[in-house]
Amino acid sequence: MSTQLESKPAGVGSDAAELTYREAINAALEDELESDPAVILMGEDVATAGGVFKTNEGLSDRFGRERVRNTPICENGFVGVALGMAVTGMRPVVEIMFSDFLPTAGDAIVNELPKYRFMCGGQCEVPVTVRSIGGATGRFGTQHSATGESWYMALPGLKVATAGTPDSAYSVLRAAIRSNDPVVFFEHRGLYGRKGPVRRGDDNIAAVGDAAVLREGSDVTIVATLLMLDRALIAAEQLAENGVDAEVVELRWLRPLDTESVRRSVEKTGRLVVAEEQVHAAGWGATLISQFAMEGFEWKSRPRAVSLPDNLLIPYTPELEDTVVPSAERIADEVRAALK
Amino acid sequence: MTTVVETKSGADQRTGWYRRMLEIRLFEDKVQELFMQGKIQGTTHLCQGHEAVSVGAVSAIEARDYLTITYRGHGHALARGMSMVAAYGELMGRTSGCCNGVGGSMHLTDFSKNLIGAFAIIGAGLPVAVGAGLSAKMRGTDSVALSFSGDGGSNIGTFHEALNMAAVWKVPVVFVIENNLYGEYSPIRETTPLDDLAERAKGYAMPGVIVDGQDVDAVHAVVAEAVARARAGEGPTLIEAKTYRYRGHSRTDPAKYRAEGELERWKLRDPIVILGDRLGLSDDERKSLQDEVQAAVDAAAVEAEQAPLPTLEEIENYVYAA
Repeated sequence: MSTQLESKPAGVGSDAAELTYREAINAALEDELESDPAVILMGEDVATAGGVFKTNEGLSDRFGRERVRNTPICENGFVGVALGMAVTGMRPVVEIMFSDFLPTAGDAIVNELPKYRFMCGGQCEVPVTVRSIGGATGRFGTQHSATGESWYMALPGLKVATAGTPDSAYSVLRAAIRSNDPVVFFEHRGLYGRKGPVRRGDDNIAAVGDAAVLREGSDVTIVATLLMLDRALIAAEQLAENGVDAEVVELRWLRPLDTESVRRSVEKTGRLVVAEEQVHAAGWGATLISQFAMEGFEWKSRPRAVSLPDNLLIPYTPELEDTVVPSAERIADEVRAALK
Repeated sequence: MTTVVETKSGADQRTGWYRRMLEIRLFEDKVQELFMQGKIQGTTHLCQGHEAVSVGAVSAIEARDYLTITYRGHGHALARGMSMVAAYGELMGRTSGCCNGVGGSMHLTDFSKNLIGAFAIIGAGLPVAVGAGLSAKMRGTDSVALSFSGDGGSNIGTFHEALNMAAVWKVPVVFVIENNLYGEYSPIRETTPLDDLAERAKGYAMPGVIVDGQDVDAVHAVVAEAVARARAGEGPTLIEAKTYRYRGHSRTDPAKYRAEGELERWKLRDPIVILGDRLGLSDDERKSLQDEVQAAVDAAAVEAEQAPLPTLEEIENYVYAA
């Protein structure tokens, strides 16, 4: 923690600064690198020019190119290196430039990080954070646009986190880095320029596994992540103008999945719309709806899902990419349908 | 590339190696018996024939150094000083095991001995060893990492990724390939365009050393030299130990794909016999050591079996630290 922060402890209600999502990521990395010498950041081009998406601006100058380290282009290899560092006393943060590159590190993320502590009978802790940058709307084409958020939620031993606002980006990333378990943390490239209030300080480190209610409402619950969370908040404002009072829940953690927070919300509203930038199949939205179905939850109207089409891929074609990725209007339409 | 055959180690140390190699051989021989009794289940990958590599290499590192091994790792774990009770206990899935019985044969890990990983995925251990070495360097210690892999492992991506990172960052790590001529069932020339895997070091601007893997003195000498280089900040080394696997790839493999007479020819250069001859051990001395170690092996298996099984409640705590 910096002296500046120490001299001005940030309590609840402390001044929030307007930061972009990108600046919030940068602040979280800076504060963790500052507070613990065991924290390092590594990945492709992370130390050069602030990183490809400028999230690491100033970090290699301040902390040096040992702790903020450029790697060769070999995701499986450098996530494995991070694992070796983590079990010998360090706390590495690894950046994956595009979430589409995560499967390249498939063995490290599926077989090594989540299984390591278990297989050795709990002899070690594995404090690795994998920051994975993804999402559509950038005209990056089919192999550079996935969010990847639900790909790894079926892996016990791993934690999976997301951030849909600048404040979440700051507080959830800091929580991920402080976790003594491996966390895959998903960022959305389309949100980097988005501004919002961020409370910077040690009192704003998210609780692992907790969803956040970002807008209270009584008519319907919208659960969303990443860019869809941003659009859900816009949709909720539009709906409010028409007298519809939507509650917006940011899921934040897909593993552990915070079904409890969602239950508290739907017990109030009786209606659920999930919004995710991925296909519905095998995702967190389907998992949530399935859990409520198994419990026999009684809905006022059936749950609804806003997602990517099940049998399409994200095209480069700018006009078509915009059609495929759900808009705030589409989320609002589903909410209206749920209220009919 | 160089081949070093020079003996500097003392007689006492080498007698210890002889005993440890015998322990590994007899430990592995007994595994089949325990299988037939249903005390060990699943699969195992035995290392009879490789004893000089594990003992020669592991004896060249210090307690503060890190070690990663593979699913064919019983020999390395015992060479690192894991007790036979902890090893058998692990194979039996009991709480006497080094991982409390949840890891099994392929995951003999012991952090108290800096044996930080045993991998059932080919090639996965090499980047972890690079990470341990890099961490040691960044934390200002002089620890080095030693990483074992097989000839088959030299064809997977992580082998090349790990060597590249180790070289470009001058990581204190020593890679030992145990080339036993077969990747699972396939002879090396069917899958690999080289006879000498140490040549792969050239692509990563590091020294590549070939050593006779049946000669424990030679293995110890080349690994000790590589460890000294790593500790001095001079970076990684790739060592290829030419050896042979007396048994099949895994428990159910009778290794019928091998040429007739090949196994017998390799057994003429048995690593335990070679060292026994160099030490001038008489037949009586060998027999008496054999009986002594066999009794210890048998006793370890009995002791390991007495321990209870882990419970579901216990192993749930292994999934997450918090």
